[in-house]
Amino acid sequence: MSRLKFIALKELYHILRDPRSLLIIFLMPVMMTFLYGYAINLDVENVVIAVIDQDRTAESRELVGRFYNSAYFSRPDTETDLADPEELLRSTEAVAVLLIKPSFGRAVQRGDKFYLGLSVDGSDNALSAAVQSYSNQVLMRFLKDRLPAGYTLPGIQISLQVKYNPDLKSSHFFVPGLVALILIMISALLTSITIAREKETGTMEQLLTAPVKTHEILLGKLIPYIVIAFLDGMLILVFAKAVFGVPLVGSNLLLLLFGFIYVTTSLSIGILISTAVNTQQLAMMFALTLTMLPSVMLSGFIFPIKNMPFFLQALSYIVPARYFLTIIRGIMLKGAELEVFIGQGVMLVLLMVVFLFIAVKRFNRGTA
Amino acid sequence: MSFLTATYIHKSYGKIEALREFSLAVDEGEIFALVGPDGAGKTTFIRVLCHLIKTDQGDVNIAGYNIKKNFEKIKPLLGYMPQIFSLYPDLSVEENLKFYAGIYGLTGQAYESKRDYLYTFSNLGPFARRRAQALSGGMKQKLALSCALMHEPKLLILDEPTTGVDPLSRHQFWEILLQLKSEGVTILVSTPYMDEVARADRAAFVFDGRKLSEGTPEELAAGFRGRIYFLNEEPTPVLIENLNRIEGLAVQRFGAGLHLYLAESDTIANYENSLAQLNIAVEKLTPAAPGLEDRFIQLTESGS
Amino acid sequence: MNDTAVEIDNLTKRFGRFTAVDGISLTVNRGEIFGFLGANGAGKTTAIRMLCGLLLPTSGSGRVAGLDIIRQFEAIKKNIGYMSQKFALYADLTGRQNLNFYGSAYGLDKSFIAGRIKELSERLSLGEFLDRISGSLPTGWRQRLALSVALLHRPQILFLDEPTGGVDPVFRRKFWNILYSLADEGVTIFVTTHYMDEAEYCGRISIMHRGKIIDRGKPFELIAKHNADNLESMFIELIKKQEPTDEPA
Repeated sequence: MSRLKFIALKELYHILRDPRSLLIIFLMPVMMTFLYGYAINLDVENVVIAVIDQDRTAESRELVGRFYNSAYFSRPDTETDLADPEELLRSTEAVAVLLIKPSFGRAVQRGDKFYLGLSVDGSDNALSAAVQSYSNQVLMRFLKDRLPAGYTLPGIQISLQVKYNPDLKSSHFFVPGLVALILIMISALLTSITIAREKETGTMEQLLTAPVKTHEILLGKLIPYIVIAFLDGMLILVFAKAVFGVPLVGSNLLLLLFGFIYVTTSLSIGILISTAVNTQQLAMMFALTLTMLPSVMLSGFIFPIKNMPFFLQALSYIVPARYFLTIIRGIMLKGAELEVFIGQGVMLVLLMVVFLFIAVKRFNRGTA
Repeated sequence: MSFLTATYIHKSYGKIEALREFSLAVDEGEIFALVGPDGAGKTTFIRVLCHLIKTDQGDVNIAGYNIKKNFEKIKPLLGYMPQIFSLYPDLSVEENLKFYAGIYGLTGQAYESKRDYLYTFSNLGPFARRRAQALSGGMKQKLALSCALMHEPKLLILDEPTTGVDPLSRHQFWEILLQLKSEGVTILVSTPYMDEVARADRAAFVFDGRKLSEGTPEELAAGFRGRIYFLNEEPTPVLIENLNRIEGLAVQRFGAGLHLYLAESDTIANYENSLAQLNIAVEKLTPAAPGLEDRFIQLTESGS
Repeated sequence: MNDTAVEIDNLTKRFGRFTAVDGISLTVNRGEIFGFLGANGAGKTTAIRMLCGLLLPTSGSGRVAGLDIIRQFEAIKKNIGYMSQKFALYADLTGRQNLNFYGSAYGLDKSFIAGRIKELSERLSLGEFLDRISGSLPTGWRQRLALSVALLHRPQILFLDEPTGGVDPVFRRKFWNILYSLADEGVTIFVTTHYMDEAEYCGRISIMHRGKIIDRGKPFELIAKHNADNLESMFIELIKKQEPTDEPA
């Protein structure tokens, strides 16, 4: 057992003395949290909406005023005479067009049924959905303010209430994903590099002629990274809570448990990569392409999996971050219980077992 | 008594045969040198002995244990120093020593006294806190050797420990090896330098995956078939051409003079006249002892 | 043409308070093969760098190929060829590609390079090895290739650093015969080596220690002078005499 201690201690020295690993462990999480929290703001604001007011009544003008006075919408810079919504979308910077047909004002006064036309540039999915909902909100508030007390509108009332992220704040959306990303970065990237480094410099061979068992080498090298991964994960959560107010509603224990499973899976992938390469450079390239990239693109971190082509959706099934992301978002933002994401949990455990098995087998074979 | 026996080791990498029917026996307490150029198979053989590569055929026994079946028992007896520096560059001298000591189960007081001994032995004491990467080449060698000696191995295997090192440092390194030998350690060293053969108890010429010859340094040199004479004369192209015309003589320019090669059964007296015609008195020739290089060349050229 | 290839007078190089080369003087004639020996840290590399025009001396003077090492150091580079210990070849390029690359780096024009490649290939018997990936060649052939690179621009002086390290004896001897034929054509050759058996192939040698040249002469004369068995023991005894407690680690 004490051999394990020596190997783990040595690994700690390596980590502390390598500026690259220190950067990834300390600086990156903080930087990325800030970056994603502040810079990448998917919040919908200042959407350019053009208005075609064919009614030109006091009511229509008031509605238009409310649109432009809200934080969500802004006027197009250039005035045009175009009367066709599609033309407007195509040739101006407007991403939405509100069409108010004649008789709108009269319909409001008389409480008639009326349809307003809203054309939205659908090429940006998230944007169009947001525009729809905001437009509805503006309209509803307008109508509510106009109606005498107790009056109800004919037709179905849309009661839009965005749950779990009332302001649809991106930071709440991102931070769980960041945790997943940082964890896999430390567990897979750094691990694959450190093992590849020992192969590259020849120190691994030296170690193999000594009475150390391969599992001692592996465990000893991994333990510091497991600890660091957890510390970093917690660091991000604390930061996120303090700076962006991201909540942690659910069970800490569950989060810890699945965090551990996820880290183990990532570690296994890191080990697997290191068995396939001989240099640190290759290890880094492979790790970035095979772990970071899928974890950002295919896990649902930014882009919804449902909207992806079939091939990529299929691929996402073997990306551990996909499952962990659902779990961590559930626990953090929804306070979900185990039953809710048991499916994801099982898949994650399955991936962990498979990757671990293959990785250890290959590592043993390569060093025997 | 054989401490290490390798029998009929064969190793191929695709079409390249790195080791062919390589057999070797090293006696307990002797220093054995493996001499040969790059690509001869020295490192491959050593890595086979350290169980770092698998052989296609053949067996190795160390201290009575078979490598394939009982390498775990061999590990504590083995000290290995590979050709490239394989310690941790970002750890200090002391940290490296402590790590390897710990790996071999040496801690506390036992570790400290062994460490102090190695410091006196290697003169690395004053550099204990220096990072390994900041050491000079010679010091790195000494550190690597110290780490290999930490656990008092019975068999020391060194892969080209003196390559690129200046003659004085090489000399000092061999002094260390001789001292280890006097403490009962069996040592196998590989080297591309012919002159190091002279310091070993026995040596083997290695070339193209094969063992060409084996024996004590005297035996190896004595195996040369022929006579060599040194001629202290300016080696101009004209002179060389003229000497080459003399049948039975092979000429090799050598530094500021020339080497003349005769067949074993021949005598220099036979050439007195031909040489006199070139204004060379036979007395000007001094017999030169055949070098190991001459023997090596003879062995490789005879196509063995 | 001057018969002296290299002449240095009281050449000194100091780095801060450390004197790497301490007033060395040397004359090497055209067509000589000169062995430059010394322990690591003795100052050999610094001295050679000054001769190659890569480093300016602190004091003293010298001429290499008739050019002043202080005022004309740039021009010196065009007249010398350098072969490094590691046979600086691009492992993933063929020999020919390496030669073409280095040729262009020296500013040689294409037809000249092509002509030289043909000449060198014949002279050094490169044959098919010229078009193989250099990383896959055995050491002896890479050595020949590295020599071709150094000879590409027809330098008057060659600097070879540990040229036959790890090369098999047959190749080594052939290599030296190539060097001898080059010397006969008037190329001056400077060799540094730690391998004493090889140093004996040189016409004259010098030994540096702590920045100074402590002895020089023909190998067999030095051996006789110091009553040694061979060059190696002579070297060791000589260094030891300089400083009995010397620890050049």
